[in-house]
Amino acid sequence: MRARPVLLAASLIAVAVGLIPLGYLAIRAGEAGWPRIAAEVFTQRTAVLAARSIGLALVVTLACVVIGVGSAFLVVRSDLPWRRGFGVLAALPLAVPTYVAGFSWVSTVDGFSGFWAAALVLTLCSYPYVFLPVAAALRGTDAAQEEVSRALGKGAWRTFTGVTLRQVRPAVAAGALLVALYVFSDFGAVSIVLVDTFTRAVFTAFSLGFDRTGALVLSTVLVVLTVLLLTGEGLTRRKGARYARPGVSRPPTRIALRGLRWPFIAALAAVSALALGMPAASLIRWLSAGVSRPGSLGEIAAATGNSLFVSVAGALLTTLLALPVGLYAARSPGFLSAGLERLTYLGHALPGVVIGLSLVFFGINVAYSLYQTVWLLALAYAALFLPLAVGAVHAAAAQSPPALEDTARSLGRRPLYVFRTITLPLTLPGVGAGAALTVLTCMKELPATLLLRPTGMDTLATELWTHTSVSEYAAAAPYAALLVLIAAIPTWALSREVISA
Amino acid sequence: MSSLHVTGGRKAFGAVAAMSGVDLTVASGSLVAVLGPSGCGKTTLLRCIAGFERLDAGSIEVGGKVVARPGLHLAPERRRIAVVPQDGALFPHLSVAGNVGYGLDRGARRSGRISETLELVGLAGYEDRMPHQLSGGQQQRVAVARALAPKPPLVLLDEPFSALDAALRAELRRDVRAALHADGATAVLVTHDQGEALSMADELAVMRAGVIVQSGAPADVYRRPADPWVASFVGEAVLLPAAAEGTNALTPLGRVRLTAPQNGHSDAVTVFLRPEQLQLLPAGTSDGVTATVLRRDFHGHDALLLLALPDGLKVSARVFGEAGASPVIGDEVTVTVLGEALAYPR
Repeated sequence: MRARPVLLAASLIAVAVGLIPLGYLAIRAGEAGWPRIAAEVFTQRTAVLAARSIGLALVVTLACVVIGVGSAFLVVRSDLPWRRGFGVLAALPLAVPTYVAGFSWVSTVDGFSGFWAAALVLTLCSYPYVFLPVAAALRGTDAAQEEVSRALGKGAWRTFTGVTLRQVRPAVAAGALLVALYVFSDFGAVSIVLVDTFTRAVFTAFSLGFDRTGALVLSTVLVVLTVLLLTGEGLTRRKGARYARPGVSRPPTRIALRGLRWPFIAALAAVSALALGMPAASLIRWLSAGVSRPGSLGEIAAATGNSLFVSVAGALLTTLLALPVGLYAARSPGFLSAGLERLTYLGHALPGVVIGLSLVFFGINVAYSLYQTVWLLALAYAALFLPLAVGAVHAAAAQSPPALEDTARSLGRRPLYVFRTITLPLTLPGVGAGAALTVLTCMKELPATLLLRPTGMDTLATELWTHTSVSEYAAAAPYAALLVLIAAIPTWALSREVISA
Repeated sequence: MSSLHVTGGRKAFGAVAAMSGVDLTVASGSLVAVLGPSGCGKTTLLRCIAGFERLDAGSIEVGGKVVARPGLHLAPERRRIAVVPQDGALFPHLSVAGNVGYGLDRGARRSGRISETLELVGLAGYEDRMPHQLSGGQQQRVAVARALAPKPPLVLLDEPFSALDAALRAELRRDVRAALHADGATAVLVTHDQGEALSMADELAVMRAGVIVQSGAPADVYRRPADPWVASFVGEAVLLPAAAEGTNALTPLGRVRLTAPQNGHSDAVTVFLRPEQLQLLPAGTSDGVTATVLRRDFHGHDALLLLALPDGLKVSARVFGEAGASPVIGDEVTVTVLGEALAYPR
């Protein structure tokens, strides 16, 4: 239809800005040269790190698939008592940042550290990534398809494996990918439970030894791992992830659990107790000690203010960059706009520690005037969270279809007037909600914030990390509680969308 | 005086020609229906008139003012041609009054024009409702009121009733037609529904493959279609191979009188009849042709029968009256032709 050269140009610029960290990392790796990279990569230490990161990702992903698919099936397709309540509980762990969960375990259980400690914390925090899409997919399956399978002579078990499971397989794969990506990128939990994965090694190499090349090379390996994972998921998706759902579907029937109901209830309750009860109990215990400590309220207020300041700056930049990309995707759907939208996910998939590190180098070597300012941190947030804002803008733009603007112009109104009276009022709420969610997401971010915050500026996340790393649990608790509250809002919005849909 | 003149309108999207030389004239105060199958270019024609698309060639004149010709493309807001889109496209964040008043300046808004047009479409007192509180039919009424409010020189309706159910559609058609006439509006209705076009329009323009193939009063187009395609697109048609002999034609249904003597180079013609021109009598009661009933589509007030003639040709006949009185499948009937027929050279 209509060409939109201005929008396209602005989108290209926005995507380019979002890709600065990745691009700069590639440039630096190229400058370092292959011999130096090879010398760093092919060492026993890198092999151990890689084995540990991949092993952790495998264990956590498997555990999340078992817990996520199991609870989704029980909540959506069985006659489990209190299943609505269990559904909400299963989504809630998303509101516990992994470093808060790590803090609560470390501060409660003596000697809580190592590989399996990290695996436990990461599983309890990430299984909703599998539960939510699988529950949505199971709810969307059409009872008629299972009935047809039964009527064609297949038994209940063959119908379940041949029809039901196949339909939710894309949802399981998507959820598992999110979990694996998350494990690769997690920094907070693994550093609190003292497990050396790539992210922690990158951070220590940089912040303790100031070993730039080492940090750079390890980052590059992490990027390669992430890209391999994304490619693998892309291959499985191409085999037909979209299933047509013609006509109106009926909700599927529920399976009677009979005598098995109590063991299942016990299992779900145990998962929730570990994922939610444990952090809650720990927070309450340390909070009563923490807030009473004199002088801490001023610190908390300052950190909250700083968090808000850097996050609002980040959300502003992110939304500004997302506007052209989202509008272009909504108004000129096609190969080009879909490709641009997809490119914004590249930064989102990368670990925050990599983004942060690349921007530290970028600040020191290229944009020194930005180094140690809040704007370089804002750029890191934009690179990490651009797709969230692009999605919000895309959805908001769909609220004002071109037919409305055409009609408004045919009533004799000039384009600018139409934009002010029709387009803006219809899209602003969606864009605003997207920006608000971005603020909250930025507030939780830890590794890039640690690397890029201006010296002396402490945020909620960095205060929690600093206090926990020197075992000041009572001092850390108020920050942990505030961060859970902040993370609960986007989780609530997300689970409301998925569970009620 | 004419209110809309489209001359030689052409528009292509890439290699696909949507309009290949459209000529259309609409007299002031009349309602013209552009009728055509989907993909014939009728919506493109409407979007070109409104100014949402740019003509490749040709010109458009509205109320004596040229709005589009080679080198000139007036923006939609400067044409002031109001549009009623398919789904209404009400502004969801504005009240009914806000929607209807959108195209009015402050003075006109205060003058009572909003309630006047709402009354016209049968929604007096609905000013403060929001679009989501209205039914589909009411939303379309508001869309019509919004289009009429600024007294535009031309109103374009793009299949405005297609999303509504049948019972509501008939009532809304009558009301919208009455509202347009009461306001003295000139309107173009684009539709693929021949019933809608025939019942609403003062004049009909039949469009096929990017050109207007026939225009005229609905009754004239129905009775004297320009070619066999128009004949079977605008209503049911019986088309018979025949040999013309002056004012008569010899058809598989016997000798039929023609409306005009056929004086072409060939006497091989296609004779066109409407199903209601076929009269059915009990078999053997008259000297017509004997036929067998193959299929019967019962519509309540009438039934459409598919008949097989002795030579294998199949024709449709419409019978009125009680269901019990009309023939059933397998019956033999005698067919005679009522009135005159049109003939097209073959």
